[in-house]
Amino acid sequence: MAWLRRSEVVIAGILLLAMIGIGLVNPAFWQLDNLFSLLRSNVIIGIMALGVLMIMISGGIDVSFPAFAVAAMYLTVKGMLWTGYDGVALPFLTAATMGALFGCLNAFFVYKFRMIPLIVTLGTGSMVRGFLLGVVGTSMININKMPDVLIDFAKTEVISMTKADGTTYGLTAMVLVYFGLAILVHLILRYTMIGRGIYALGGDQEAASRAGFDLRKVIFFIYCFAGALAGFAGLLHSGMIWLANPRDFVGLELDVIAAVVLGGASIFGGRGTVLGTMLGVFMLVMVKNSLIIMKIDTTWQRVVVGVIIVIATAVTAWRDQKRKARGDRT
Amino acid sequence: MINKLDFRAILNRDKNIVQLIVMTVLIFVIMTALSPDKFLRYYNFESITYIFPELGLLSIAMMIAMLTGGIDLSVVGIANLSGILAGILFKKLADETGVADTGLAVVLLGGVVALGTGLVAGALNGLLITKVKITPILATLGTGQVFTGLAIVLTGGPAIVGFPEHWSWVGNGKLLGLATPFVLFVLIAIAVSFILVRTPLGVNLMLIGTNPKAALFAGLKRERMVFYSYMMTGVLASIAGIMLSGRTNAAKSDYGTSYLLQAVLIAVLGGTNPAGGKGRVLGVAIAVIALMLLSSGFQILRFSNHLIDFIWGAFLLLVIAINAYKNRVR
Repeated sequence: MAWLRRSEVVIAGILLLAMIGIGLVNPAFWQLDNLFSLLRSNVIIGIMALGVLMIMISGGIDVSFPAFAVAAMYLTVKGMLWTGYDGVALPFLTAATMGALFGCLNAFFVYKFRMIPLIVTLGTGSMVRGFLLGVVGTSMININKMPDVLIDFAKTEVISMTKADGTTYGLTAMVLVYFGLAILVHLILRYTMIGRGIYALGGDQEAASRAGFDLRKVIFFIYCFAGALAGFAGLLHSGMIWLANPRDFVGLELDVIAAVVLGGASIFGGRGTVLGTMLGVFMLVMVKNSLIIMKIDTTWQRVVVGVIIVIATAVTAWRDQKRKARGDRT
Repeated sequence: MINKLDFRAILNRDKNIVQLIVMTVLIFVIMTALSPDKFLRYYNFESITYIFPELGLLSIAMMIAMLTGGIDLSVVGIANLSGILAGILFKKLADETGVADTGLAVVLLGGVVALGTGLVAGALNGLLITKVKITPILATLGTGQVFTGLAIVLTGGPAIVGFPEHWSWVGNGKLLGLATPFVLFVLIAIAVSFILVRTPLGVNLMLIGTNPKAALFAGLKRERMVFYSYMMTGVLASIAGIMLSGRTNAAKSDYGTSYLLQAVLIAVLGGTNPAGGKGRVLGVAIAVIALMLLSSGFQILRFSNHLIDFIWGAFLLLVIAINAYKNRVR
């Protein structure tokens, strides 16, 4: 019964209990359109969480990705309007590349100067956001100006249904994009040399280096990849909400970090899985959305997210200590 | 041999202070050259002495947390919550006569409430970090959310406007012809400096930060010392909150959010090693003055606030690079 002790199983169990609880308070929770909209809210946070997961497995932390996401999104949308380009693939590629370049800045400082990632990413995040708002502009690009291709792309649905009263609802295809990226990250972490290097780096940097992992390659890979995911998610977000707002995503890093920690990743590094993170993201989004359904005042949202971070990290710390006490038998 | 090493360490430290002073003078000269008539006015410097103490205290608080290799991301939350709790107390106790004329006794009670908030909040951080063993980054990230969240719940969003006159004096008034916050800052800085250099607590903190393992084997009470250091951080943050609410005559859940990055930057710029073991109040005090001159100069030159954010971020990265370069040479 060793699998019962796996953190993913525990998280899934808590998640199920929470869902049953919320469903009892308000049965509307179980309606298909609510579940679909929950899944839809998972997409953006989830994609960003995949990047943060890799960084946290390596023992780092990133608070700059919301700035990267918003910069990549706004610049790309501006570029599309400027050139009148109406494709989908190229803009997403551009946004991801931009995010990756910003991420490289993080990697450069973290690797070259051996500086604490938190401080580096505080600096780069502030720089990128300041540059965007101070130099590029502060005006929103509203629906009447947003490129139609982006909106149409984000409107794609996998399942479309009609309610009794004639309104339609459905499950957005962006969920598939999210799942696809999640599988990709899972495969990278599990089956590639660089993925194993990320775990090794988080476990013990010196040991990883002596075992022959190229730390520079690993560090650049994770920060650039996380940046690329953020840039991609940023553009997707603007398509989904039909708006490109250069002030978007403020404070999002806390939600994402909370979700990743909730998913069982440890900031000491070396631990964390894609499945756990996805469950953590779902849990966080569900709790935040359900506060409304459960008729709790929305002003409590920040408190709830904070308490979630504290409890989740406390449990993770407790687990890590117990593991240490038991010896390294995992 | 040991004496020699000590001597070199002292020289190095003072070199750092000398460099900071040179940098401050340079900023002063450049800003004067760029706009002599506006920058050199007495009013400009007077307003700096009112504004910088709150940021200075937050930076000293950050430095104390960094001494043991930690960080405190909840300082701004603590500051705001302290101001708000005191503000609510004044509103509750002064219904008839109006808040402005509240008596000295009530104002002192408000001060106790504010400082108590800082103490309790700091103790909570200390408890989570030393007993529950959550990493400082995540613990304070979570509690920071909780404090800010509580501030939102208590106020419902908008600011609490209107504080007693005695309270405003702390942020606005004059003492011996100088700005009260400035005088308070100097006194507190001297006190903290004394604690760090001359008392067992301070010496222990330095030793723990320099080499946690050696400190453990030497029998230092690590947990208790770290716990005290976070309580100190919390109290300093709440004093900053008193100054902020006194100066602006208002308290709000999202005041001073940009102070977080600036406090980290100033602590690092002031020669604090974020990995622990090194930090001086004098260095932080000079750094905060240097950066206040810089930002007031930029404001006079009519740079947008966003661009100033960009410059803060870039400055932080630059300082990291320079520090890393200096350490390599040595």
